[in-house]
Amino acid sequence: MKIVFEHLTKRFPNRNRKIKDEVVAVSDFNFTIPDGKLVGLLGPSGCGKSTALNLICGLEKPTEGRIYFEDLDVTDLEPENRGVGLVFQNYALYPHLTVRQNIRFPLENLRGDKKLSKEEMEEKVQAAARLVQIEALLDRKPNEMSGGQQQRVAIARALVKVPKVLLLDEPLSNLDARLRLKTREEIKHIQVKTGITTVFVTHDQEEAMSISDIIVVMKDGVLQQMGKPQEVYDEPENLFVAMFLGTPQINVFEGAIKGEKVYIGDEAVMDAKGAGDRDVFVAVRPEGFIVDPDGPLSCTFINREVMGRDTSVIASHKLFEGENIRAIIPSEEDVTPVDGIVRFSLKPFKVKLFDRISEERIRIKS
Amino acid sequence: MKKNLTAWLCLLPALAFLLVFMVYPLVDVFIYSFEEGYNFASQSYFGVGLYNYNYVLHDPYFIQALKNTFIIVIITVPLSTGIALLISLELSKIRHIRNFFQTVYFLPYVTNTLAVGLVFMILFKKTPYSDGLVNILIQFFGGKGVDFIDGPYWAKMFVMCFYTIWIVMPFKILILTSALASVNPMYYKAAKVDNTSPFRIFYKITLPMISPMVFYLVITGFIGAFKAYSDEVALFGTDLNAAGMNTIVGYVYDMLYGNSGGYPSFASAAALILFAIVFTITTINLMVSRKTVFYN
Amino acid sequence: MDKTQVKKLEKESRIKETARTVLRYFFLALWALLVLFPFYWMILTSVKSYGSYNSEYIPKFYTLSPTTANYIQAFTAVPLARYFLNTLIFTVVTTGLMMIVVIFAAFAFARLDFKGKDIVFSMFLSLMMIPNELVIITNFVTITNLDLRNTYLGLILPSVTSVFYIYLLKENFELIPEELYKAAKVDGTSDMRYLFRVMIPISRPTLVTIVILKVIECWNSYVWPRLITDDKNYFLVSNGIQEIRENGFGRENVPAMMAAVVVISLPLVVLFLIFKRKIMEGVARGGTKG
Repeated sequence: MKIVFEHLTKRFPNRNRKIKDEVVAVSDFNFTIPDGKLVGLLGPSGCGKSTALNLICGLEKPTEGRIYFEDLDVTDLEPENRGVGLVFQNYALYPHLTVRQNIRFPLENLRGDKKLSKEEMEEKVQAAARLVQIEALLDRKPNEMSGGQQQRVAIARALVKVPKVLLLDEPLSNLDARLRLKTREEIKHIQVKTGITTVFVTHDQEEAMSISDIIVVMKDGVLQQMGKPQEVYDEPENLFVAMFLGTPQINVFEGAIKGEKVYIGDEAVMDAKGAGDRDVFVAVRPEGFIVDPDGPLSCTFINREVMGRDTSVIASHKLFEGENIRAIIPSEEDVTPVDGIVRFSLKPFKVKLFDRISEERIRIKS
Repeated sequence: MKKNLTAWLCLLPALAFLLVFMVYPLVDVFIYSFEEGYNFASQSYFGVGLYNYNYVLHDPYFIQALKNTFIIVIITVPLSTGIALLISLELSKIRHIRNFFQTVYFLPYVTNTLAVGLVFMILFKKTPYSDGLVNILIQFFGGKGVDFIDGPYWAKMFVMCFYTIWIVMPFKILILTSALASVNPMYYKAAKVDNTSPFRIFYKITLPMISPMVFYLVITGFIGAFKAYSDEVALFGTDLNAAGMNTIVGYVYDMLYGNSGGYPSFASAAALILFAIVFTITTINLMVSRKTVFYN
Repeated sequence: MDKTQVKKLEKESRIKETARTVLRYFFLALWALLVLFPFYWMILTSVKSYGSYNSEYIPKFYTLSPTTANYIQAFTAVPLARYFLNTLIFTVVTTGLMMIVVIFAAFAFARLDFKGKDIVFSMFLSLMMIPNELVIITNFVTITNLDLRNTYLGLILPSVTSVFYIYLLKENFELIPEELYKAAKVDGTSDMRYLFRVMIPISRPTLVTIVILKVIECWNSYVWPRLITDDKNYFLVSNGIQEIRENGFGRENVPAMMAAVVVISLPLVVLFLIFKRKIMEGVARGGTKG
């Protein structure tokens, strides 16, 4: 089921009552979450992504704007009538109920012609448990299980009533690093298997990029960019998105375009066809550096970190001392600084230019 | 050594007071209860045995007190806990003037039971010059007035229970309100998203989660109600036997001092019987709770 | 689900929610009325004149000619001021003494090491289960034999210690990190200095709680004073009001009685309104009625 936002805005009164200004958690959202996709709502903490999730499920009501499920206006519909499944950050498993009772809970709420018999419920509980692989744990209480297992139960409970939308709030934040990798794969797997439109919220860009069909990047309540993870990574529309996506972080230099050439300091590092003269931010992905004794960019070599598959070169540019740059190069390549200097040339495709003032992307002809 | 001395010096006042006014009396009450024919004036007794218990258990005043106490317990404990639960639940769901309600509801806790009891007596009593406000209300709605203070037993018992509930409510509401506030709201959100009816949310989520506190209130409620006394005095005066409204604790005090007083042996026997009853009920409560109360 | 269904569901939830809210406030207001009405009635009656009160077969819910005569009578016809003073002395002295006893005992249990500490403490704890009703009998005999009936000492002595408050304070003292104690020891601070300069200031909220609970308890205490005093000069307000009820103002004078009730109730109600939060927190933490 597709979800449509139309000028959706949510403002909260400021927590500090002395300040009259309202906090805008979600500002004028106008986009569509397509049917059957896994969508990652991504942004730093406090950017309003959880509010957006709560607006979809109805726990919060928008200040302005409408929400549609397909073409149905659900803006004023209470959460219980929306038919969504929600997985809470802390899972919200009822501690006094067993796993089976927890998963069965939403089914027992069904009334009227949707009411299920005991056997039907048990069947659905079993099916949901099988989907998340916790059949063996059905008689345990939540506090007798690990975080990862609780997470699965929470997902099973959200899925058992076959919701039209599955919403997950920071689904991996309470898990340790190893479990996170595993669980995110499973979330992807479950989503593909069920085909349910799934929206999850995260502040971890790697997590969002790795499993989402579409990522939605937010900052201060404002949508920054939306698209397939690779597209957003390759073609960020502003400096924030460029800096937020990718580890290690993109390297940013202050530079300028002069005569269709990009300068960092006095060095022309690459061509910029079709771009007018102005001050810019030159953002270079770590993998965009090539160690090149004749390269235009000369940096002071600081350190080399061996990762095995590749190598990180830490260096600093003389104009921006104290701000290290990090270049990632294949481990077989040789880095030998000459007099403490290492020189780079840049892969144009890995360099993004942004206006110094608006921080918007400047596109150049290739 | 010096350290030991400081410690014992610090403890000395507490230990001394406790020995004189708690430990010694505790032993003594057993001794009293078995000393037959103890005479207060000469502090002498005839023999040792169970006569005091026998006497108390056959004393019609004690039987009456036992009956009254049990009725008060059985009526007020479930009712007050239930109503307090309902009030706290509704209280937790409102935002406007909630603070005002909480303040008002707590007022009876800080009032002097004896003093406010007088107001209740005035409201319920029939006098030659006025039937009292409550009776006038009853008559207004077409009922027949009755003297709640000097009238039939059921009427007196009604005021008694009403006043007891009025007095114990603040504590229960306070405890339950804070118990309800400690339930993580995410459970309610989860239940709401799953289209759970309010009743089911209460029965399946809220109640189990606050069950330890409810249980605590039931236990303390039982213990408190079994020790009922001042509220009775407030409504019916010090001569509770004459009013037929005595309680076990009242019986103990009357035996000790007052119109029929001067018999610490009988008082001790009665007090120990009360203690045995309370102990038994509390044990049963604890056993029941093992099966029903949810501890996280 | 289609649009009409959505509209229907929206409407249903709105109606349900409104109905619930209305019922909720009605119910809460009803209980508030039940709680407040006796207070209203006692104040109202206390300002009605004796004549007008007795002439109202159907009592009026208001009065147009309030009078202070009943208050004057309450203070002149019966020794209300005396009861007040007694209660004040009783409350202050009992609470003060108890705080000293409790603080030292809690300090010994929480911070000092001595032989037999565990045994003594578990004996303390077991005393918590002993109901007052069991020990009051012997205490009555003890005080009588010591010839302390109708004295302040007799009133005060049995209630200057409380196992529960010692326990509460000990738990609180133990929350203070032991490093502070060790640091103080290294600096050569004596135990007593440490207690007064560090532990007591840090534990102030708990101490205030205990004081408040004890003051409420003292102000309202009835049973022990009744047993131990029969001389009006030593009556506390609870006994006083009972005395007024039974022997009264020579005749059945309800307005004067109500004036006395108002005067007696006032101090704690005022105290409550000032320290509302503290009192409610304190009671939630460690109070029971009676």
